[in-house]
Amino acid sequence: MNKSYQLIIVGGGPAGLTAGLYAARSRLHTLLLEKAGFGGQITNAEDVDNFPGFPQGINGMELGDLIHKQATKYGLETALAEVKGIEVGDGRKLVRTSEGDFEAKAVIIAGGSEFAKLGVPGEAEYTGKGVSYCATCDGAFFRDQAVAVIGGGNAAVTEAIFLTKFASRVVLIHRRDHLRATKVIQEKAQANPKIEFILSSVVEAIEGDTLVRRLRLRNLKTKQQSTLDVSGVFVFVGLKPNTDYLISTVKLDDDGHIAVNQNMETSVPGIFAAGDIRRDSIKQAIAAAGDGAIAAVSAERYLEG
Amino acid sequence: MSKPETVDDKNFDSVVISAKTPVLVDFWATWCSPCRMVAPIVDELAEEYTGKVSFAKVNVDENRKLSEKYEIRSIPTLLVFKDGKPVKQIVGLRSKGDLKKALDEALAAKK
Ligand SMILES: Cc1cc2nc3c(=O)[nH]c(=O)nc-3n(C[C@H](O)[C@H](O)[C@H](O)COP(=O)(O)OP(=O)(O)OC[C@H]3O[C@@H](n4cnc5c(N)ncnc54)[C@H](O)[C@@H]3O)c2cc1C
Repeated sequence: MNKSYQLIIVGGGPAGLTAGLYAARSRLHTLLLEKAGFGGQITNAEDVDNFPGFPQGINGMELGDLIHKQATKYGLETALAEVKGIEVGDGRKLVRTSEGDFEAKAVIIAGGSEFAKLGVPGEAEYTGKGVSYCATCDGAFFRDQAVAVIGGGNAAVTEAIFLTKFASRVVLIHRRDHLRATKVIQEKAQANPKIEFILSSVVEAIEGDTLVRRLRLRNLKTKQQSTLDVSGVFVFVGLKPNTDYLISTVKLDDDGHIAVNQNMETSVPGIFAAGDIRRDSIKQAIAAAGDGAIAAVSAERYLEG
Repeated sequence: MSKPETVDDKNFDSVVISAKTPVLVDFWATWCSPCRMVAPIVDELAEEYTGKVSFAKVNVDENRKLSEKYEIRSIPTLLVFKDGKPVKQIVGLRSKGDLKKALDEALAAKK
């Protein structure tokens, strides 16, 4: 016999934990499975200034902890396990994990996304040796050194600003001729004397000895190649939804996001998706939390129905 | 009950370098969220690998010399030491299954 629940939630980020909060308060027999650690990606943010209720802003780790605490306060059961597959049969869903199989009538998938890779020579080789995907974790290793940040969205520009706390020089490299980040964030970066911008340019290779030493760049407009001496490269070129194991379970869009309707229902009755992992998500913590609430309410209706 | 031992610049040699068994060293810092997430997994591994592998933790903030020496540029970094030498490096937050696999590979590798 598999351990059986009414509802299983995959992922312990803002979306999954909020779904868990609602489900537990509705007294649904619920299990939340998380592969790595509770709180999700928001815990990597130094300051979260756009989550309502915190007018002074709040540290991401702290926010993750608070959401986790609130979710488990009402008796939400959680476990550390990686979900490897979801099989659908007879209205029940079999959830296969690294720690064994579980069964539930309804499932909410809230697995978020991981950082996309640049896919250039040197990236894999120098990961942990100068190539990083987390500025709050690794910024301090680059005191008084020059670093590059790759990307032009909110994460890239915010992290570039954060890195000026440590680095002597932060060069932001973006493939387009303008940034995509929210205007207030852009303005803050432009006003920072430590930040320089190299636009319309891509990284062609990351080079060094045992550690990163330089980047090879190419300007997409002039086609000119150049090198840039840096000891760190922080990559924020978008997100890849964690849906590889779901390809044959639910309908995905071309980028791998889960297709949902406004009730967070997927192509399979009784399977819901919430947060960054779903199609058309704005990839913000407050929206992920909102999705989680909707998914939990929809799951409850499904279970009653 | 085996728990990871906190080591620093001073006792690193005696605890890690001259150890008879392989040692997994977790380089971490308080400000690093994925480090906090990997910690309970490392605790569980310490339990499961009792006798086979010993476990240690280095706070990079308080022990800059060690992180310089081993060229740590990203945390969490887990380094597996065998006979005093780093033989395997695992960077970033991984699931328990991935960590076990990496650790088993390091243990199976020839000296
Ligand atoms: C550096 C940075 C700064 C940010 N700053 C802000 C900000 O200021 N404001 C804001 O609103 N948003 C910010 N965001 C975005 C915000 O973090 C995300 O929108 C939000 O975390 C999405 O929540 P989620 O629950 O959908 O996914 P996630 O937070 O990604 O959580 C998903 C969870 O599911 C787990 N998981 C995945 N697959 C499996 C599996 N197979 N089995 C078990 N568990 C699994 C993951 O380990 C993860 O913990 C920032 C993001 C980053 C990276």
